[in-house]
Amino acid sequence: MAFNYENYLRLEKVPTLWCWGCGDGVILKAFIRAVDKLGLNKDDVCVVSGIGCSGRFSSYIDFNTVHTTHGRTVAFATGIKLANPDKHVICVAGDGDALAIGGNHTIHGCRRNIDITMIVINNFIYGLTNSQTSPTTPQGMWTVSQKAGNIDPTFNATNLAIAAGASFVARESMIDPKKLEKIFVKAIEHKGFAFLDVLSNCHINLGRKNKMASAMENLAWIDNITVSKKKYDAMSEEERKNLLPTGILKEDTEAKEYCDMYAEIIKVHQGKRKILTQDDFEKKI
Amino acid sequence: MATREVISSGNELSALAAKDAGCRFFAGYPITPSSEIMHELSDMLPEIGGACIQMEDEIAGVAAAIGAGMSGVRTMTATSGPGISLKAENLGLAQMTEVPLVVVNVMRGGPSTGLPTRVSQGDVAQAKNPSHGDYKSITLCAGSLAECYTETVRAFNLADRFMQPVFVLLDETLGHMHGKAMLPTEEEVKAGIVPRKTFDGPAEEYFPYGCEHDQPAVLNPMFKGYRYHFTGLHHDKKGFPTEEIETCRKLIQRLEDKVELHKDEIELYEEFNTDDAEILIVAYGSVSLAAKEAIRHLREDGIKAGLFRPITLWPSPAEKMRELAARIPKVLCVELNIGQYRDEVQRATGRLDINGLFKVNGRPISPYEIVNKVKEL
Repeated sequence: MAFNYENYLRLEKVPTLWCWGCGDGVILKAFIRAVDKLGLNKDDVCVVSGIGCSGRFSSYIDFNTVHTTHGRTVAFATGIKLANPDKHVICVAGDGDALAIGGNHTIHGCRRNIDITMIVINNFIYGLTNSQTSPTTPQGMWTVSQKAGNIDPTFNATNLAIAAGASFVARESMIDPKKLEKIFVKAIEHKGFAFLDVLSNCHINLGRKNKMASAMENLAWIDNITVSKKKYDAMSEEERKNLLPTGILKEDTEAKEYCDMYAEIIKVHQGKRKILTQDDFEKKI
Repeated sequence: MATREVISSGNELSALAAKDAGCRFFAGYPITPSSEIMHELSDMLPEIGGACIQMEDEIAGVAAAIGAGMSGVRTMTATSGPGISLKAENLGLAQMTEVPLVVVNVMRGGPSTGLPTRVSQGDVAQAKNPSHGDYKSITLCAGSLAECYTETVRAFNLADRFMQPVFVLLDETLGHMHGKAMLPTEEEVKAGIVPRKTFDGPAEEYFPYGCEHDQPAVLNPMFKGYRYHFTGLHHDKKGFPTEEIETCRKLIQRLEDKVELHKDEIELYEEFNTDDAEILIVAYGSVSLAAKEAIRHLREDGIKAGLFRPITLWPSPAEKMRELAARIPKVLCVELNIGQYRDEVQRATGRLDINGLFKVNGRPISPYEIVNKVKEL
């Protein structure tokens, strides 16, 4: 039997404002299936989105939803989570949202390892505002703000998240919705900051000027630049150039989660334990 | 009224007030001269099961505080002028989404980095309109150590009544002043807490923004079965984005009217020797302490001076100022800025002959400077 999305959608809000063929809808459906598979109570879930096409994600789904300012999803989510540590808090942000204007919050969310799932819908461009360069736009591509070709080096979002301390880091594209659903399940289940780089198409505002004007052409390009982590690991540095590994890139289930550590702080202040020392942490200095 | 005597500083009293008023979440970023508020709450809040978090920047500080407020807890952030500048966009979001929040600004010299450790009242105009768009600021200004406490308490209750950020302005002098203060008891403060309104009918009949033209949104806490949407976009009664002409107009007009039409619940001021005054001094914050002393000296010299001290700066007690200015010949505004509130006094009174004694070098104004200025008039 086909999956029934209606229980999770705000049907009066669809059709979405996303363009025909946009990957955001596929990601939205995979997310819904993941939440359903996990059996989460809708009341226990808060979805926080930023600004851009991905910012509208939160308005279509029937959870506690917040559409915040540009780039600040993780900061808002941190307040919601720390005040409600037993609830599921999920951020949805675009590549510009998460890595440019909100880069600082992304880094520090990863560093704190607070139990938030961060879904970055990475379409390599500022779509909603009509084709400006984003931190993940490949060099040499046409953008409306760099018509002679983008000269800005690109961010590798997952490397950033790993370096900043996120305990779960993965990349998938929306080409395979089943894989995407699985990675969403794992990320939401993971206790700690889960960072997901979800590659998606924007054939309208990236593709048309870069020789991939249809969704299929844009997706074929994404397929060409991605390779499974297993294959990627077996490659030489030279072969890895211009490729992005997919799958789970980091999974540390031992890392201390921020709300858990804050619960220890509460114990200290309530006289239930002594102050924290190096012994409370794995890494000792 | 039962009272208690404490010896403390303005910043510490503001933190204590937050705890007593039911604040359970604080997020902020270090900045002189307000940091002590965060220091205090980092001890106080976990002790009562709340949380205090130092964020990565000022923007995140206010964002996390608003996030906690959206989820339903009483929440606060504290900073100084540069921090308000950074927080401005998210303060606009809190105005638009009608999320209650207390923002303490311990004012220091500006603009820019200015004079970090020195006193100023340079953020009075900023507090009126910190971010773009139309809305109505509620800004309270403490004039004594005790008021650092009582105005912070009042700010929490007003934030929940009007469902929006409420500013508490302290200044560096008050924030770091250390001394005796007579405070209401914790029990009395707790008894006076009026939490935000909530809706307890069926979820399908819940319209958080579907309120009367002069009333604030009714925002239920998250995770309790009333799933709705927050957005900084113009939104309909359920909270969803809309560009429908009448809905947009009504929303922004309501943000104005919910405050403007209920100013009487917010206005607070003190009059000191105004009954027979022939010269009216308008001063607020720590400057009012010097003004009171100046008035005592002036009266000893036979000059009938009086003080009008707005405690609520925005919305301003305009009618009261107009009434006083109609019968008192001379008016002098004394401020640690170049007349930011004098503009309002002129607007409210319709008088363009309002005198000013202003200082912007980071030093306080002494009673004698005020005495001398009055004698010149």
